[in-house]
Amino acid sequence: MQQLILFNVFNGLIVGAFYALMALGLSLILNLSGVINFAHGGFLALGAYLAYSLMPFVGFWGALLVAPFLTAAIGLVVERLLIRRLYGRDPLYSLLLTFGLAYILEDATRFIWGAQSLPYPIPGWLTQPLSTRFFFLTGYRLFMVLLVASAVGALFIILRRTRLGMRIRAGTLDLETVSALGVNVRVLRNLNFGLGIYLAGLAGVLAAGMLGLEPTIGTSLIMPSFVAIIVGGLGSLPGTLFGGVLIGVASGLATVFFPSASEAVIYVMMGLVLLLRPRGLLGEEGRLQ
Amino acid sequence: MRQARQRAASALLWVALLTMPLWINALGGYTELASRVVVMGLAAMALNFLLGFTGTLSFGHAAYFGIGAYGAGMTLKYLAPSTGLGMLIGVAAGTLAAALIGALIVRLRGVYFAMVTIAFGQVFYFIAFRWNDVTGGDDGLTGWQRQPLHLGPARIDIQNVDTAFYYLALACLAASAAAMALLLRSPFGRSLLAIRENERRARFLGIAVERHLWMSFVVSCAFVSLAGTLYALLNNFTDPRALRWDMSGNFVIMAVLGGMRSFWGPLVGAGIFVVLQDYVSSHTVNWMSVVGLVFVLVVLFFPRGVLGLLRGRGMS
Repeated sequence: MQQLILFNVFNGLIVGAFYALMALGLSLILNLSGVINFAHGGFLALGAYLAYSLMPFVGFWGALLVAPFLTAAIGLVVERLLIRRLYGRDPLYSLLLTFGLAYILEDATRFIWGAQSLPYPIPGWLTQPLSTRFFFLTGYRLFMVLLVASAVGALFIILRRTRLGMRIRAGTLDLETVSALGVNVRVLRNLNFGLGIYLAGLAGVLAAGMLGLEPTIGTSLIMPSFVAIIVGGLGSLPGTLFGGVLIGVASGLATVFFPSASEAVIYVMMGLVLLLRPRGLLGEEGRLQ
Repeated sequence: MRQARQRAASALLWVALLTMPLWINALGGYTELASRVVVMGLAAMALNFLLGFTGTLSFGHAAYFGIGAYGAGMTLKYLAPSTGLGMLIGVAAGTLAAALIGALIVRLRGVYFAMVTIAFGQVFYFIAFRWNDVTGGDDGLTGWQRQPLHLGPARIDIQNVDTAFYYLALACLAASAAAMALLLRSPFGRSLLAIRENERRARFLGIAVERHLWMSFVVSCAFVSLAGTLYALLNNFTDPRALRWDMSGNFVIMAVLGGMRSFWGPLVGAGIFVVLQDYVSSHTVNWMSVVGLVFVLVVLFFPRGVLGLLRGRGMS
């Protein structure tokens, strides 16, 4: 029993790490540009499939390094051509546009790589369990958690220490003033969007190694990511991170005791948070209006 | 002048709707397609009560649509073979769910409201998907059929005569449209418009904004769940896809495509969308790309919808 609980908590932690990675990207874009990027899951799938196609040429590690950047590059182009036109307009329109993009991306991956699920090979030594007692603790799973943790760490360092990061944070608070101070807001939003998509691409490559490849791989991760943002607190990136891990672990625990509710439990948590603390666990006051 | 033209346009629309079963076959359609246009049109108009006339974006209306569908289907399957009772229970269940969830979310605004409605929509999807024994899970709820209607001594065979079912759906649409139009003309509806135009000013005038938003949400969802019951009856079937997020997105694009600032716009949008989807999905497996492209093109080039476009031209 103890082992079962540990197994599912660890599973939840991994899933939560994915939610957090997705949700952080979504949050970055939402906070600075006011756009709910429904196509985020599509970009995740794109990252995964790009890595799959690159692997024969650059190997596992090369694909892990290159594919997220490629995905981000595509994200920059999409922002430049489509999403940029909708800033400042009713959020309805950007939501609908990214919704359509999600359709197109899913269909495109299905068209290019086929509808069947594909295996994503990972190096043999990573698939070994690390201990016989905790059979579920394979090297790859531990590696994923560590990589997500360092990616999140790097993101927070970028946001705290670099010029770009400081501008993003300032723009989140008051974009007009940032613009008046001479920062090119169009470029800032473009790079910020790319940063968010990079995280989606990274999540995609990692998810491919664990779940295999399917065109719908992203759509199953995007809804919990919305929940992570709401639970953690709108406008707060640490909150988003916390929310993602929290709902991941919660749904892992639910798998032990009430398996059929493992998905529904995170929405129950969201309902409770909205009832008791509408701005989210770590959200700032007044951001909801 | 403008009013006369609008009245003529509505009359034309209703003549077309009333005679649709007569000419749709000649155009390559079928009666079921006509019924689907009417059902989806009702859903889109109901969504637009909230979206266009209260100015609040819900991206999770499929949940209440689906609850209506499952409510009707499960009543017919487990409770009693009565179409009327099924519709009643479906609408009641959808409205109740909306009342509960609406109370949780009316304090949120804008993008955040939209995001929370999206997320809440998924709860019911997972319930329908997971609760295999009762809902049939991913395979959907089968093993039941819509039953003939008994209105006093008259017996209307909507079970076997597709045209009869079409007119039932149309009657529901007409009654719902009349009810929504009346509500919009009432002081309540005027308050909703005031909230849409300027929430802060409406609040200063003493309008209880949260309560109005909640009521508007519940009204909108009640009519959406009515559309959901009709959708289940139309197909003699329902599955979790009826309450998934892509269905919510379809309702929104129908409303925008037709023109969300006009009362009948969403119905027109639903007509275009349903026929297009039917045509494209029977001609190519890549229909998702085409539908996605419709979303992108509508947002970029027709943000005011078909009727908005016509009206804009008429005024200039």
